[in-house]
Amino acid sequence: FSGIPSPFSPRIPWNSPPSPHPFPGVFSLQDIRNTVGNIPMEWYQDFPHVGYDLDGKKIYKPLRSKDELDLFLEKMENPEYWRTVQDPQTGAELCLSEEQLELVQRLQRGHFGDVNFDPYEPSVDFFTHEVRIHPVTNRPADKRSFIPSLVEKEKVSKLVHAIKMGWIQPRKPRESTPTFYDLWAREEPDAVLGRHKMHVPAPKMPLPGHAESYNPPPEFLLSPEEELAWQQQEPSERRLAFLPRRFPSLRAVPAYPRFIHERFERCLDLYLCPRQRKMRVNVDPEDLIPKLPRPRDLQPFPTTQALIYRGHSSLVRTISVSPSGQWLVSAGDAGDMARQGRLQGVGGEGRDFGISPGSQSQSHLHCHPEELQGDSEDQDLACIPFLSLCRSQPVTQVTWHGKGDYWASVVRNPGGRQVLIHQSSRRWSQDPFRRSPGMIQCVRFHPLRPYFLVASQRSVRIYNLLRQELTKKLQSNCQWISSMAVHPGGDNVICGSYDSKLAWFDLDLSTRPYRLLRHHGRAVRSVAFHRRYPLFASASDDGSVIVCHGMVYNDLLQNALLVPLKVLKGHAPTLDLGVLDVAFHPQQPWIFSSGADGTVRLYT
Amino acid sequence: SLVPRRLCILKGIYPHEPKHKKKVNKGSTAPRTFYLLKDIKFLLHEPIVNKFREYKVSVPPEGPPGGCPGPQSPHVPLSPQVFVRKLRKAYGKSEWGTVERLKDNKPTYKLDHIVKERYPTFVDALRDLDDALSMCFLFSTFPRTGKCHVQTVQLCRRLAVEFQNFVIASRSLRKVFLSIKGIYYQAEVLGQPITWVTPYAFAHDHPTDVDYRVMATFTEFYTTLLGFVNFRLYQSLNLLYPPKIDTQTEDELKPAEGKEYAMDSESYLERLSALSSSLARAVAPAHEDEVEMDEFPVEGETAELMDAKKKEQEALEKHKKLFEGLRFFLNREVPREPLAFVIRCFGGQVSWDKSLCIGATYDASDPSITHHIIDRPRLDKQVVGRYYLQPQWVFDSVNAKLCLPVADYFPGLLLPPHLSPFVTEKEGDYVPPEKLKLLALQRGENPEEESEEEEEEEEEEEEEGDNDKEEEEEEDESEKEEEMKLQKMEEQKMEEQKTQSTQSKKVLPVKVTAGKVRLEDKQRLEQEQQQEEKRLAIMMMKKREKYLYKKIMFGKKRKIREANKLAEKRKAHDAALKEQKKKNKKARQA
Repeated sequence: FSGIPSPFSPRIPWNSPPSPHPFPGVFSLQDIRNTVGNIPMEWYQDFPHVGYDLDGKKIYKPLRSKDELDLFLEKMENPEYWRTVQDPQTGAELCLSEEQLELVQRLQRGHFGDVNFDPYEPSVDFFTHEVRIHPVTNRPADKRSFIPSLVEKEKVSKLVHAIKMGWIQPRKPRESTPTFYDLWAREEPDAVLGRHKMHVPAPKMPLPGHAESYNPPPEFLLSPEEELAWQQQEPSERRLAFLPRRFPSLRAVPAYPRFIHERFERCLDLYLCPRQRKMRVNVDPEDLIPKLPRPRDLQPFPTTQALIYRGHSSLVRTISVSPSGQWLVSAGDAGDMARQGRLQGVGGEGRDFGISPGSQSQSHLHCHPEELQGDSEDQDLACIPFLSLCRSQPVTQVTWHGKGDYWASVVRNPGGRQVLIHQSSRRWSQDPFRRSPGMIQCVRFHPLRPYFLVASQRSVRIYNLLRQELTKKLQSNCQWISSMAVHPGGDNVICGSYDSKLAWFDLDLSTRPYRLLRHHGRAVRSVAFHRRYPLFASASDDGSVIVCHGMVYNDLLQNALLVPLKVLKGHAPTLDLGVLDVAFHPQQPWIFSSGADGTVRLYT
Repeated sequence: SLVPRRLCILKGIYPHEPKHKKKVNKGSTAPRTFYLLKDIKFLLHEPIVNKFREYKVSVPPEGPPGGCPGPQSPHVPLSPQVFVRKLRKAYGKSEWGTVERLKDNKPTYKLDHIVKERYPTFVDALRDLDDALSMCFLFSTFPRTGKCHVQTVQLCRRLAVEFQNFVIASRSLRKVFLSIKGIYYQAEVLGQPITWVTPYAFAHDHPTDVDYRVMATFTEFYTTLLGFVNFRLYQSLNLLYPPKIDTQTEDELKPAEGKEYAMDSESYLERLSALSSSLARAVAPAHEDEVEMDEFPVEGETAELMDAKKKEQEALEKHKKLFEGLRFFLNREVPREPLAFVIRCFGGQVSWDKSLCIGATYDASDPSITHHIIDRPRLDKQVVGRYYLQPQWVFDSVNAKLCLPVADYFPGLLLPPHLSPFVTEKEGDYVPPEKLKLLALQRGENPEEESEEEEEEEEEEEEEGDNDKEEEEEEDESEKEEEMKLQKMEEQKMEEQKTQSTQSKKVLPVKVTAGKVRLEDKQRLEQEQQQEEKRLAIMMMKKREKYLYKKIMFGKKRKIREANKLAEKRKAHDAALKEQKKKNKKARQA
């Protein structure tokens, strides 16, 4: 409807009369008419040309498409850039004239293209509303409009017949609204069906809290971070099902978009959720805590750190106290061994040793990886090697019999000989087992009877050395036993395990643990009993030593009383290891512990 | 599923959680729903099943394909031509007359006996009325086309209006809450709290992931239930059912100009839903004197109990007459229905613009109006002698059980927070300061003055700003000093450590320094010891008990944490507000 050739429309390319303003550029110089017709110009996307002119020659696209830089430069330099468009048919650039611009703007505003078009002209009726004297058509009425219809007569007679025969019943008055009456006029509360006795009424919907208000107190609104977190949560994980919002007035409150959803979900809950009466545990948490005697009534026990022995440059694997309580030996990974008060440089890598309890002059056992050495010591602290024994594997543990003549050593040698019992006086060794009883972690001599306790990975076996037979097998319920200690009374055994448990066995009671204590956060490395006081201790990788009261009664009917007394902290965990060994002082209620931080500590 | 859904909904049958899930599920632990066999057999004895069969062959009439194991039971003769089949045939043959006739004789069924069976006593029905009311109020706002039958929508509307009228007549509304979801109401009928929620009056954006057939089935049952409950409730108040508007007020309501709005029968529901007129009673009200409770001589605790009860009763009576003697006028932007309902429930008189809704009793220029509810920032011409208030005042007053001071609710002001009346804070819970203020008001104290004093104090403080600053500086200084002390101590410690380490490097230079007498707080020591004892005892707990204990403690701690967080947030907010105030004041002064 306008005389201006539209550069946008591919339908009428260039066949309109030339405009008064000739276009600048290529177009004004030569008349390029594309003869491809009304087709999508994308079809020519991959070709160098865009169509054919009147002579059937190809119309080529401009040689080089412009890159970003060119576009930018043109944008900066060409003042007409904003009104330049590309002709999709020829690829040529056109500059819009003023008139065309005006047209574009009019169309953008939603106006008619033609300036002179008036959309609000007064309407003119096709037919006038005034009644004329002459009819529009003057056709006479049909004859059939005066004659009764035969077809209708037939239909009516059929209906009459059906009514007479009673085939068609008169319409019943429809009950549009239900009638209500007093349903509970005769209430029979006892006449409850069997099913309803066990009927669980549906719980009511939870009532809304302050946060749901349209104008909640400001603290119930979520901060932007909380809101973000809320949005990122799964809908089922959210603690609030909605975002609290504040509206300045009631007028501003919109409809809640999930209202129907919530009703629907309630319906689903009502008929699809299994109902169950759940007993809520209504316990006062204080009642759950067992009533134990107060630790201060069970004194003495070590409470404070008294001394720190330094000197080891690396982990202190193991410690041992002499029976007199005068001397303490420690052995570390770096191959040094220390004695209480003095330091001695001893070569080789120390693993384990025990101090023979019976001998007058104290003797150490110190083991090299390949060689077992006995050091006899006089009062003047001279060091004389007194026994040496060679084993093919590194020795992991040495333990002394109470009398001081026998001792046992353990090597890590799965499948082969693991335990040897040695006799110092005769200087000979024997292997007590015909067959290897699994991976042996720890061995102990029974303090009173001729029993030998062997801890394998998951169980503890007790052998009678005189009769040479298995007496008992204790199931520890642990994954991997690390250490074991026997009560001086001989009837109780404790086992520490790498899965941070401590099992207390009462040999008279059962082969299962009497108590399984889960004090420690990490692996238990070592356990020990006190020789005189009812104390036992466990050391763990979490850097703590826990001292417990372990009272054993002579009365067989009374079970042992276990009370944790003190958590001793001090060792700093290094290399993921905490406390590696503990030992009680033989007479005093003191405890020594050696840790991975290279120190030995005394708690009194 | 093979279980007829519609029957389950109507009969109120729900799945059961078996005791031994694996045993029942043939060894698999996959999630499945289980119904009791007894329940399903119980369904088969329902007479309504036959009606469903008359309607369609498979029993779950709108259920998923597959049918249920029920229909092939031998003792029910299957009608060879059921309704749906006949209808389909008629449609196929284009016999429109037959279609029409069939539709007229569509098999219907009644749910009366199911209601009676599910709720053997009236109180049972009242106890379960929450969902029924919420559903009816929702369905009554649905459009008349589309989602469900027009009759259902109309019936829901009628029942909802009837219930509202009952609540007004019995003055049993207790609590109202404007939430972002809708308006919650709580009424107390025969000692049963009944809570329902109504959406705000907007057109619904109908979701596509909701099965309206399930909702319609529920509504079918709920309308029956609510109808019977309404009947009984009206009867208990000696009101006519279906409700009739009192003739006295009806005459008042008749437009004076004689220009009829509509036929009486047509505008009946509308006039009823206007909630402005009282209802006709079956027995003329013999202006009941308050029934005095007989007093029996009692002693000791029971006497105290009776006293407490009496006091409660008095408070309740007072609450019921909260708005008695007040005349409200609702501006047109205010949601009319909820406000009219609430005001009438507490004995107030209410009116609105005549063009807004039928049933207006007086217009805005009436000089006897005491409260004008308005929800726009300001009104051009105000009439002297009435309060112009925002709608929240009505709701807050109802929840507070007393007419709150109006000063906070004037139009254009920032409203005080609207608190939920359903929350009763236990010990250790977070209590918003507004609630504390409200509790004080209810106790008869006047925190207003205090707060004013506080404000004055604040102002004084502001006046003494310089002093304040000095104080603050002092505080800062003291803090700094403390910091310095701490730093010093730390340094000392470090030094000690250093010396220790150097000591250890040397060969045991044992050195004795003069000890300091440490003053130990005995009480604190005691406490610490007790704490440690507790920790040790916890270590000795059994695994299961420890788990339970930890769970309980975790819950407790979380509660405390949340309460603390809320309190902190509030504190920060108040501080920010104060700062803003100060700034504004300074700006004004400048």
